[in-house]
Amino acid sequence: MFEISLGHYLILAATIFTIGVVGIFLNRKNIIVILMSIELILLAVNINLVAFSIYMNDLVGQIFTLFILTVAAAEAAIGLAIIVIYYRNSGTIRVQEIDKLKG
Amino acid sequence: MIIHTIFFYIFSIIAIFSAIMVTVSRNTVHSVFFLILDFITISCLFIMIGAEFIGMIMLIVYVGAVAVLFLFVVMMLNVSKQKNEWLGDEKNSNHIPIGLLISGIIFFELIIVVGGWKYKPELLKTFSSIGIDLDSTNTHEIGKVLYTDYIHLFQLSGMVLLVAMIGAIVLTFRKREGIKRQSYFRQISRERTEGVELTDPKNNEGVKIDV
Repeated sequence: MFEISLGHYLILAATIFTIGVVGIFLNRKNIIVILMSIELILLAVNINLVAFSIYMNDLVGQIFTLFILTVAAAEAAIGLAIIVIYYRNSGTIRVQEIDKLKG
Repeated sequence: MIIHTIFFYIFSIIAIFSAIMVTVSRNTVHSVFFLILDFITISCLFIMIGAEFIGMIMLIVYVGAVAVLFLFVVMMLNVSKQKNEWLGDEKNSNHIPIGLLISGIIFFELIIVVGGWKYKPELLKTFSSIGIDLDSTNTHEIGKVLYTDYIHLFQLSGMVLLVAMIGAIVLTFRKREGIKRQSYFRQISRERTEGVELTDPKNNEGVKIDV
């Protein structure tokens, strides 16, 4: 009961993943918070990979965590650059007013 | 071992709390601060579980680079005055039940997947031949694998970072009008016929040099 198993880490990761998805769905004001929610989702994936790597005695999970970290950093840089030029062009980054595509 | 359990629960509660605060916080700057707290907590968990290198790299990359980048952008765009009222808006809020429903379904699916291993435990056997050697450190082990078996993926991730850097610079580059810039192409492609002009100035009139 008091032993921390793989399931504990997976449930923690699932919770953080769901919180990230909720943040994407329910946020209506600020698009930067949506990018932060994507970071939370990638963090949950990293928790999964590291927990599997430790409990299954396999090092490849940690290697792939490094690659996901790289992709997350690149995605944050590109996303923030897009936000900066959108703010420069339209003057707002509120989610409700970004409706040029009428989706 | 009981200490390990207590620490795990403490860090998990802090991580989940700060993750919730990232999404519901009214101020964007507070959201970034809670994101930093979340990254630090998760890296503490990684260090506790025995993946020290990943934990430290997460501290350096996420807290030192990504979160500070978020903070810079938040401060640059002056969005801290735009409050993050995510449930207060009456109109245009019919997406909230659907969002909660889909999020709940995702959560229960993940929980079901976790619970499914109780009935199929042979899924949890390792398939790779790269085991963790407990005699040497975690950093040593990762270095031995990352620079030999995964060297191509490693260099490819460096290429991803390069492309991201160039992309960010190109996206945010702004061409200003009315600034005298140096044009290497025009400098190099100048020839003698257009660079030198032989004139025959008359007396008391001078030469007009500013073309």
